[in-house]
Amino acid sequence: MTALRIAGLRPLVHATPLQPVDMDLDGGAIVLLSGPSGAGKSLLLRAIADLDPNAGEVFLDGAARSDMRPTEWRRRVGLLPAESGWWGERVSDHFPPPAGGAAEWLVPTLLSTLGFGTDVLDWEVLRLSTGERQRLALARLLANGPEALLLDEATANLDPANRERAEALIMEYRDQHGAPVLWVSHDPDQRARLATATGGRRLVIADHRLCPEDDA
Amino acid sequence: MSLVLLSPWDLSLAAGLVLLLAALSWRLRLDVERRMLIAAARSTVQLVLLGLVLKVLFEATHPLLIALLALVMLSVAGWEVMARQRRRYRGVWGYGIGALSMFLSSFGVTVLALTLIIGVTPWYQPQYLIPLLGMLLGNTMNGIAIALDGLTRQAWDGRVKIEAQLLLGAGWSEAIGDIRREALRAGLIPIVNAMASAGLVSLPGMMTGQILAGSPPLEAAKYQLLIMFLIAAGTGLGGVAAVWIGSRRLFDERERLRLDRLRVK
Repeated sequence: MTALRIAGLRPLVHATPLQPVDMDLDGGAIVLLSGPSGAGKSLLLRAIADLDPNAGEVFLDGAARSDMRPTEWRRRVGLLPAESGWWGERVSDHFPPPAGGAAEWLVPTLLSTLGFGTDVLDWEVLRLSTGERQRLALARLLANGPEALLLDEATANLDPANRERAEALIMEYRDQHGAPVLWVSHDPDQRARLATATGGRRLVIADHRLCPEDDA
Repeated sequence: MSLVLLSPWDLSLAAGLVLLLAALSWRLRLDVERRMLIAAARSTVQLVLLGLVLKVLFEATHPLLIALLALVMLSVAGWEVMARQRRRYRGVWGYGIGALSMFLSSFGVTVLALTLIIGVTPWYQPQYLIPLLGMLLGNTMNGIAIALDGLTRQAWDGRVKIEAQLLLGAGWSEAIGDIRREALRAGLIPIVNAMASAGLVSLPGMMTGQILAGSPPLEAAKYQLLIMFLIAAGTGLGGVAAVWIGSRRLFDERERLRLDRLRVK
């Protein structure tokens, strides 16, 4: 179980109007975040991951981000950006090399849960569809073993069957690792469904601050 | 064999060819005649001035004067590197990265060559120092400009790729590693090609000059080799320095990719 605590966090990029954000997520807690585009949802996630200049502090299980090396911090708070980046030629270049023991089954299990065979590792990145990239980016992130999940439109480009698989995998990861999940989603049905299923909170960015989302 | 002195008349004949080319450009509407004439005029003024300056300098061999000229050459080269960048670093870095790496490589290699290889006394004898430095600056300038431009351009285009690696816990150096290698390789290619084709396709300028001035061809070849090796070393060192400083500057103390430190020309 890992708790994520956000204290007075504010992105410092091109004059974001977003007010300082305070948020507490206990281990396994879910927050579903929405808001009009340009409201600063993605910027907030990037600020938590320390990917943009920002003010404020974030704690993971009581340990302050500023006391941690940025590489360690980013590995521990797993951010899945809306657009996934691929630096190698083949899919396998983006996964950690197979480890011995039980960890050897981690990547194949993740891939098959998302509907891929292990041969996907030999595929060329250039030939992947947007949806395939999105699912593989999720597998890549979870294979890295993050303690919290920051998801930016994690299922936006997926068909219903694959969206269900991805949601199930994320929920399973949350249950197994007690990871808090901060999930940006444009899909009101998805937000309502996940909030009901998990007892999660729904928040919306309005007037540059976070408020509870009302049902329309 | 002695040097045939060129009269102003000889030069005017050659200049006439450039005028002819300019007329042709005007006739064919290539639209480069203006730039060509200005460039030709600039080179005339600059080279005649340099000739005069060197004449004074060779007679005086005053360390301060030599240092001054070397400094002027370096600052112009630094400016030239900056001018060739499509995306420049903001602030002093835009000028500083190129100028510093050229200073390190060109000055370093020139001093090394003068003291250890050629062995003239005093080592700053301008007949050797100024031409050597000029050749090195001119060529490392190319390599460094290409390497830096490649670095900033690819980092700009590859933001998503770089950040994807950072997000999985990679350090800045690892995240930009491929781009850095690619940029350095591009910077080194011109000198590698020049070395490979020297003597077969092109007769290098310096060797040509020495032969025209009456040196035995084999001696001229040896000097040309020396210069090429020095240029290769200088370009390599300068490129490594520029790409290293430049790539570090693209990240801040929390290893975030900071493309806001670049501006578009």
